[in-house]
Amino acid sequence: MARLQSSAELKDFREAILKKRDIERPCITVCSGTGCRAYASEMVSTAFEEEIKKQALENTVDIKTTGCHGFCEKGPLVVILPGEICYVQVKPTDVAQIISQTIMEGKIVDDLLYADPVTGEKAVHESEIPFYKHQTRLVFGNNSKIDPTNIDDYIILGGYSALSKALFQIAPKEIIEEVKNSGLRGRGGGGFPTGRKWEECRHAPGDIKYVIVNADEGDPGAYMDRSLLEGNPHSVLEGLIIGAYAIGSHVGYIYVREEYPLAVENVSIAINQAEEYGFLGKDILGSGFDFTIKVHRGAGAFVSGESSALMTALEGRVGEPRPKYIHTVISGIWDKPSTLNNVETWANVPLIINNGAEWYASIGTERSKGTKIFSLVGKVNNTGLVEVPMGTSLRDIIYNIGGGIPEGKKFKAVQTGGPSGGCIPESLIDSPVDFDELSALGSMMGSGGMIVMDEDTCMVDTARYFLDFLADESCGKCTPCREGIDQMLTILTHITEGEGQDGDIELLEEIAEVTRDASLCALGQTAANPVLSTIRYFRDEYEAHIAEKRCPARVCKALISYYIQPNRCKACLICLKNCPSGAIAGGKKQIHVIDQGKCIKCGICFDVCPKRFSAVEKISGRPVPLPPPIEARAIRERKPRRKR
Amino acid sequence: MKGITLKIDGRELKAHEGMTILEVAQEAGIKIPTLCYHKAVSPSGSCRLCTVELVGNGKSRLVTACTYPVEQGIVVKTNSAKVKKTRKMLLELLLARCPNVTIIQQLARDYGVEKPRLKKIKDEDCILCGLCTQVCQERMGVSAINFVGRGVNRTVDFPFERIWDVCVACGACTYVCPTGHIQNEARKVAQLKRQLGIQRKCRYMLMGAVSNKLCPNNYECWRCEYEQRTEYRLGEHPVLALKLAQRQGR
Repeated sequence: MARLQSSAELKDFREAILKKRDIERPCITVCSGTGCRAYASEMVSTAFEEEIKKQALENTVDIKTTGCHGFCEKGPLVVILPGEICYVQVKPTDVAQIISQTIMEGKIVDDLLYADPVTGEKAVHESEIPFYKHQTRLVFGNNSKIDPTNIDDYIILGGYSALSKALFQIAPKEIIEEVKNSGLRGRGGGGFPTGRKWEECRHAPGDIKYVIVNADEGDPGAYMDRSLLEGNPHSVLEGLIIGAYAIGSHVGYIYVREEYPLAVENVSIAINQAEEYGFLGKDILGSGFDFTIKVHRGAGAFVSGESSALMTALEGRVGEPRPKYIHTVISGIWDKPSTLNNVETWANVPLIINNGAEWYASIGTERSKGTKIFSLVGKVNNTGLVEVPMGTSLRDIIYNIGGGIPEGKKFKAVQTGGPSGGCIPESLIDSPVDFDELSALGSMMGSGGMIVMDEDTCMVDTARYFLDFLADESCGKCTPCREGIDQMLTILTHITEGEGQDGDIELLEEIAEVTRDASLCALGQTAANPVLSTIRYFRDEYEAHIAEKRCPARVCKALISYYIQPNRCKACLICLKNCPSGAIAGGKKQIHVIDQGKCIKCGICFDVCPKRFSAVEKISGRPVPLPPPIEARAIRERKPRRKR
Repeated sequence: MKGITLKIDGRELKAHEGMTILEVAQEAGIKIPTLCYHKAVSPSGSCRLCTVELVGNGKSRLVTACTYPVEQGIVVKTNSAKVKKTRKMLLELLLARCPNVTIIQQLARDYGVEKPRLKKIKDEDCILCGLCTQVCQERMGVSAINFVGRGVNRTVDFPFERIWDVCVACGACTYVCPTGHIQNEARKVAQLKRQLGIQRKCRYMLMGAVSNKLCPNNYECWRCEYEQRTEYRLGEHPVLALKLAQRQGR
């Protein structure tokens, strides 16, 4: 394919491929995002290919593997265009039925449709499913329509039109003005106004400037950047090229972690295709602007997601942060002005250029504009990737989109912003999601992780878990982060092991404050958030752990015991057989008893005891009752009723 | 150079562009404690002990004096309650790591740490300030030693924890180490070498300062006669002086 030489050529090319494609022709799209791949979606797509070949339908049906659709809970997802019939949890064995019924006869396979867990109501189309219905999918929506390895798919949907508009119709200065007016703020966590960053970089002295995509997403349970890069890499590239043009940069880097092999692969393919089509390289679209992109694979250190550490890593050194009193837009990689933005921030840029700053600024709240993708995970019915306008309340996200808490349990808290975010309790669940609101609550937007916790979660243990992660990931350069996190972790571990002492909470607060105020980079500065926010909202739990040696959620192993209630035990032998440490004594028609000395508190007996008996109980904060004496353990057999 | 005026602890001070708060304060005789700062290497801001309070626009924030470049009209407090509290906690944290290091004990006493509240997690001599690795990289240009591992488990070591020849035992690291940890390590290395029967060449010979000779003491003493004489003559550690002279010569 010859490189496109002007904006008119791009337009003609788009029309040409549109003409070639038959919109009425059925197309089976199979989600190949990370979640669906884990559910073996590749086997489903191969099964489709084989079935189509078997039925000799190659010329009448298309098949496409797309990026992540977002509804990972119900993967693998299959959507049949043009009717947008959505099938969930498709197995390779369902393929023959879909082909014979939906494709050949136009009927709908009822069993594969999404059914509401409460009402049982079935939804045929993707847009009718409550999970999708309440979202605004501006950035993420195209994922399900595009084969990420095919640039034509992106161009058909208007791809690269923002680039041609930026190159030929708007001056670089005006692009920056437009981004500034849109109110776009950095999606990586800091929330710094993107337009201002670009402007400072443009005005920074020096001819060589760099633009960087931060795809070093490392938060546990967050995968939106990955899904965007895997599913729609061209949108990120387009944003990056526009940004580079506005700033005056000719080299860009994509820092993506090696643990995201599919993202590396797809983005590399996308770069090659864009070069082939003339969107990258020398003289882009005949405008005279040169720009190249290099992919740098990160070695998977969490701290490398911090901008200065990322730049150090890009230079080929150990990814450690450096003081940022002189901003990276003035002195970044190799001391040259560098603009670093998150994947999602770059992907927002084409939208702003295409639709204008005013349109973008009309979405969201006063100080946070546009939409934000969250990865909704944890104890929630519909886990997946969710895109909502800024200002949507946490309740809307968790209940309307997420479908509430499974098994009818009570909501306890939601942790936003990854490991260094804070936990927001139920009383504040109506707060809108926005950069400043979340900071005021002691949490943060972060890159958009959202972990929902139910009543069975111990908040002290949660804080301990996140600090454990951060202690592993702290680079160790500065004292407060290295030693402070480790000390906080030690204290929290002691508390969860029942060895907490009076004054521990105050000491934790003191260390947390110094870690927050004195650390070198954002990792240390935010590391205290899990501790401070859980103390702020769940102080009673800390006190119960320390004073009463009780874990209210009955999670901390050292503070709980398992006990079989004699009046409920039906001597079914299930727990006895499953106990890995042989701590349960009993037998046929003998009430089972746990030997507390042998019990390792694994909780298997609690899990396997049939729901209708619920004989095993977790006890915390009070002594375990003595088991009945051996003579009294026999269960009197009830006489079976005679059938009449 | 542009002149800048700023206020430190209520005193109007003059400075040049490009200076850091710490440099200005030291010139004016205002004491700010440091551990990871040495004029031979670039400031890294890793120990955070030189934290000072920056007041302005109705806000106050903590910055490290060794890395913050001075700006026109900033107001700095080096001894406010917030600063003292932060430094005290930092010293407590360091004391929990290195309970037997004199300089830390002394500083902790100065900042009013009476009874250690934190659990001792280690008994180390190294505070991980990074001066040794920096001087090795920046001044010697060899990077023979560097950090290994991360978090609390990071240590200073040779690559793959093996003794290697890039280290000519120049002793620059032992000179800048604030706690004496590297001296002990260097002695251990020398001892090991002697056990292995490796005879070392004089480090000044390797650097081209003296003619061919072997080190008579095999690096057992960390300041040889030659070194002491040259230091007296130059007023600086001979290794640093030599490197500087070589660079300027080029």
